[in-house]
Amino acid sequence: MNHLIPTAIQQYVLPVLYGIVIVAILPLLAGYIVLMERKVMADMQARLGPMRVGPHGLLQPIADALKLLIKEDIIPEHADRFMFWMAPVLSVGMALLAYAAIPFGPVFQVADLNVGLLFILAVSSLGIYGIVLGGWASNSHYSLLGALRSAAQLVSYETAAGLGLVSALIWAGSLSMKSIVEAQYDRGDWFIAYVPVGFFIYLVGSIAETNRAPFDLPEAESELVAGYMTEYSGFRWALYFLGEYANMMVVASIATTLFLGGWLRPFVRYHDHFPGTSVELLDIVPSLIFLFAAAYCLRLVPRQPVKIQRMVMAAVAGLCLVLSGVMAAALLASPGVMAGIHGAFWFLAKVFAYIYGFLWFRFTFPRYRFDQLMRLGWRFLIPLSLVNVIATAVAVVVSEEWGLHPLASALIMQVLTLGVALWLAGRGEEPAAREPQVAEGD
Amino acid sequence: MSEGRTNGSSVSTTVLGADEIILNMGPQHPSTHGVLRVKLKLDGERVIGSECIIGYLHRGVEKIAEHRSYQQFAPYVDRMDYVAAVSNGLGYCETIERLLGTEAPPRAKVVRTILTELQRIASHLLWLGTHALDIGALTPVFYCFREREEILKIFEKYCGARLTTHAFRIGGLQYETYDGFEQDVKRFCQNFDKKIDEYETLLTENRIWVGRTKGVGVLTAEDAVALGVTGPVLRASGVKWDIRKAMPYAAYDQYQFEIPTRGTGDTYDRYIVRMQEMRQSRLICLQAIENIPTGAIMARIGKVLKPPPGEVYHSIEAPKGELGYYVVSDGTTQPYRVRVRPPSFINLQAFDKMAKGSLVADVVAIIGTLDIVLGEVDR
Repeated sequence: MNHLIPTAIQQYVLPVLYGIVIVAILPLLAGYIVLMERKVMADMQARLGPMRVGPHGLLQPIADALKLLIKEDIIPEHADRFMFWMAPVLSVGMALLAYAAIPFGPVFQVADLNVGLLFILAVSSLGIYGIVLGGWASNSHYSLLGALRSAAQLVSYETAAGLGLVSALIWAGSLSMKSIVEAQYDRGDWFIAYVPVGFFIYLVGSIAETNRAPFDLPEAESELVAGYMTEYSGFRWALYFLGEYANMMVVASIATTLFLGGWLRPFVRYHDHFPGTSVELLDIVPSLIFLFAAAYCLRLVPRQPVKIQRMVMAAVAGLCLVLSGVMAAALLASPGVMAGIHGAFWFLAKVFAYIYGFLWFRFTFPRYRFDQLMRLGWRFLIPLSLVNVIATAVAVVVSEEWGLHPLASALIMQVLTLGVALWLAGRGEEPAAREPQVAEGD
Repeated sequence: MSEGRTNGSSVSTTVLGADEIILNMGPQHPSTHGVLRVKLKLDGERVIGSECIIGYLHRGVEKIAEHRSYQQFAPYVDRMDYVAAVSNGLGYCETIERLLGTEAPPRAKVVRTILTELQRIASHLLWLGTHALDIGALTPVFYCFREREEILKIFEKYCGARLTTHAFRIGGLQYETYDGFEQDVKRFCQNFDKKIDEYETLLTENRIWVGRTKGVGVLTAEDAVALGVTGPVLRASGVKWDIRKAMPYAAYDQYQFEIPTRGTGDTYDRYIVRMQEMRQSRLICLQAIENIPTGAIMARIGKVLKPPPGEVYHSIEAPKGELGYYVVSDGTTQPYRVRVRPPSFINLQAFDKMAKGSLVADVVAIIGTLDIVLGEVDR
């Protein structure tokens, strides 16, 4: 297909188109992640969650967004007006910019930079300016404390998270997001199988980076009211919110690309075909998933109490049916189209699975205290990630020099790293038992 | 009144150092449990001084008592510790009964004991949920409210009200127990042990929970006694003092139960003590429900109460500590003076001692662990 489209269009028009699609869809997606969060939370807390706006609360995000749009816009007295205005925009802008280098599929990528990962990390770290400036410009103690906490937290955990990524990079041998996924395709296994410890480090680090529970100290409700967002309301607040969820998707995308095989479907190495066709067995899974979702929604239609809710539910069922059809039709289309559509599906599915993990932790764990957070970061995660990087490097050398199977050598080194982790965790117990007065922090 | 300041170091008048800021927590703040205002002097995030400012919920309950008849005042006491209204009512009714020189009939005493212990569980559940919420665990609060709802349903079936129940009357009970009361209580108590296990799986051995509560807000036994702290806060510091055992009232002398104590007096100990207290309350209810005596539910005291001139101090073990009533009668139908010794108010005095040197995050843990209700602190 690629040869049909002139190079000029491929180079300049398509990326712009992709960019527009991302910017248009992302806020919607973020809204639905919020709905998912509320539904998951409700499920874990023996409640129903939003049920009124649309069937099963399906229209809740739209209603929330509208409400925030028409709310009064308050700027506190003595606030730095320009910075106050600038901060949330910066926060969202940087999060959106990071999507430029994320491959949602082999085709759907705005720009395949050769330093893609570095670009994403750099840009998403700039987002912290949005939080720090917002906290400072609000002219409120709670905001300031929240901003300080956020800055300190990001600096501490980005090191560990970055080193966690390095372990996967050693196996990939490239910084381009596209080549990293392709490297996993060539090896036939996702990198999570090679560096589970690295994945764990990145998981913890990414939760801390996005200020999610149990590391949500910058916006800890019971302590700092809403942290850096305390003085924000209306649409500015919505922008911060959007920024937070967009950031969650960025870190989830990074994890997906580096550890979970990006757009590749699970079981990459199996290529069994349907007899007599070129359709692979496992490729019908997305279509089946949507078919199942459509059937489930259809079953719920008659149970809706109000006519309009029945109509919306039926529309959702129809949408699932259409998506199922698209997934099925893609099987018969050219390989490029097929890889693009199914790639986007698997990529988003993994991103959502990763975000589900975030939600799960949030509703299970209490919040860390600031000094404990710092201790976990500096005394456990950073040493562990350094050991992990060295161990991974050794594993690569061993497998290349002595011909040991890469997976075997990787796993042996990972077990050793795990031993170090246990030792570090045991050592971490000591200061926790001491009096809190001697704890370092701030 | 000196009640406006509950502790010595007046934060507002001290001179600030270069790195110090004053943070006003409350009276509108998500985790001050009502309208408590805490002025914190911070060095970074470390608390170097604190001052509790109370009185935002002052309604003059004690003064109102002087202008109501003895029975008319009974519903007012429900509004002090509004999450443990039944306990408040029990304390007041028993005090007036002592003033009158009478006693509730045995059946009334046992029913009172059952309802009061259920109320203790309900109050502790509310504490657990909100305390966990303050420390950042979002889920336990919903589990706690699920069980608390069962208790409130029993109250509702018994007397028609869920929160401010006015369940007891001076001299006994207004209402006979409803059909199925025993089964309801028994079913709740039998299931409740598993529910406590459920809360404990979420918290007791959770590394983050232990880290957030161990060694936080330590109150030594000497300090606790010197400050007059009572209830679970005192027992967590290692002092075995429970009015249900020391000066039995209602029907507590008939039942076997333990007084859980711990040694360190930190937030974790207070958590453990309250969890065990819920288990003990459950056992008391199970014992009491097996054998409710039959007979009258109201003593013969007449419609107009005119206690002989004199004074009485009587206290009970409310969920939060020693709840005492000091009532002076001048022989008329209205009390001359009613003074309440609220456990929350006295326990709150320990705040400054516990908070000094801790972090802002610990402050909410300490407010939570003291289990204060501002309706009772301010009255």
